[in-house]
Amino acid sequence: MTASKKKTKKEQEKKSAKKSETLVDKKGIRLDGRKVDELRPVKMEVGVLPNADGSAYLEQGRNKILVGVYGPKEAHPRHIARQDRAVIQCRYHMAPFSVDERKSPAPSRRDVELSKVIREALEPAVFLEYYPRTSIQVYIEILQADGGTRCAGITAAALALADAGIPMKDLVVACAAGKAGGKIALDLMDTEDKVGEADVPVAYMPNLDAITLLQMDGNLSTDEFETAVNMAVEGCKKLYEVQKEALKSKYVIEEETEQ
Amino acid sequence: MPLFYEKKQLVSPGDLLAEGDYLSGESTYKENEKIYACRLGLVDYEGKRVHVVALKAFYIPMPGDIVIGKVIETTPGGWVIDIKAPHLARLRASDVVERGFKPETTDLPSIFDVGDLVITKVVEYDRTRDPQLTVREPGLGKIMRGQLVEVTPTKIPRVIGRQGSMVGMIKKETGCQLTIGQNGLILISGRNADDERIAIKAIRKIEQESHTSGLTDKVTEMIKKEREAIDSK
Repeated sequence: MTASKKKTKKEQEKKSAKKSETLVDKKGIRLDGRKVDELRPVKMEVGVLPNADGSAYLEQGRNKILVGVYGPKEAHPRHIARQDRAVIQCRYHMAPFSVDERKSPAPSRRDVELSKVIREALEPAVFLEYYPRTSIQVYIEILQADGGTRCAGITAAALALADAGIPMKDLVVACAAGKAGGKIALDLMDTEDKVGEADVPVAYMPNLDAITLLQMDGNLSTDEFETAVNMAVEGCKKLYEVQKEALKSKYVIEEETEQ
Repeated sequence: MPLFYEKKQLVSPGDLLAEGDYLSGESTYKENEKIYACRLGLVDYEGKRVHVVALKAFYIPMPGDIVIGKVIETTPGGWVIDIKAPHLARLRASDVVERGFKPETTDLPSIFDVGDLVITKVVEYDRTRDPQLTVREPGLGKIMRGQLVEVTPTKIPRVIGRQGSMVGMIKKETGCQLTIGQNGLILISGRNADDERIAIKAIRKIEQESHTSGLTDKVTEMIKKEREAIDSK
């Protein structure tokens, strides 16, 4: 039994390694036609939900994410309130129809973990000490998932927070890099993430040059890790420009049509 | 001591506004002698003070502000009022009931009930305690009639205008009574629905074009046009 299990495991590893090799072809082109250091096409929009205090919609490749922000307002239940600062309540949630196989709408272990990780990535950017005893609620809804949703979620959540008029040190922007097909690649999509060797999500505040989230899933050498982080930061900087543009365009278009 | 943006330029959170000997004003923060924006808005300079007029923000109570709020709860000692600030405000029953207030006998809901809108004044607020309100001044109290308009609190100074020039003009041109709450709620009560409709339209125009100059004249013109359209009907 154990022998056969070992064998199948070995076979699987071999198989996945073989499969992984096909992720990037000889010319350095990936499955979806991107180069290794290329981002997926992104689209961002703010103020899409009139009922929320702030909101944002983001598309990154086949990812579709909607974020609503409320607050700062009285914290409920009362005991979560902190006397010296505001608390961020963050919910990352995947819609049942966001993946191939229906996902149970109940928060899974993964959802709870990502909610915490995203909250901690956003906290350094927000001036929480200005509004003690209140809570800021961030609801991240994944409508369609295609890998890298935690990063896309952070990018969209930062936009929604800024749209709500909550004072922030800087916008947080996140992007992943990883290893697929033996090469370090930027902004992994679902297949590359699952079949590939490693995934390194990074959340970053470009103006302060500070990283607020850094995770790694898989195996990388020290050099590879460093290249991946640098690549992710470069990706973040590109996304940051799109983010700023999205935030401003809500008002700039109004100005133009008026005149 | 360079400044990185011109007046009225649009900035987003994290943008570096100025470096060196400057003071950090509203919606900005200072770190290592550098001033950054912390909200989306338009830059403005006043001497050494750099500030950002936010395009969207929420109301932070200041003692002395007139605000319009909604009663959301009656408690034995008074009312809890939502003034659209991060904290809920309190109005003490002893502030309203002249003499002999007894929690067990005085019927508080008969004075202000849940859902009532009230014009109040902020007495004190310091972030560690909830804002305290009062209605013990002329012009304050329950709203009996009129229409409410909501604008972003940062645009209230523009609605008021220099020394009240803008409100004064709207009052004169439309014949409506305007009560401006610093929390972004404006009460309009006129003689008829048409007057109120024009006043609301004027405020919406101010909100949308708050960053342009010569706005008072533009709004006056708009009100006159609207009036003519109604009169000709």
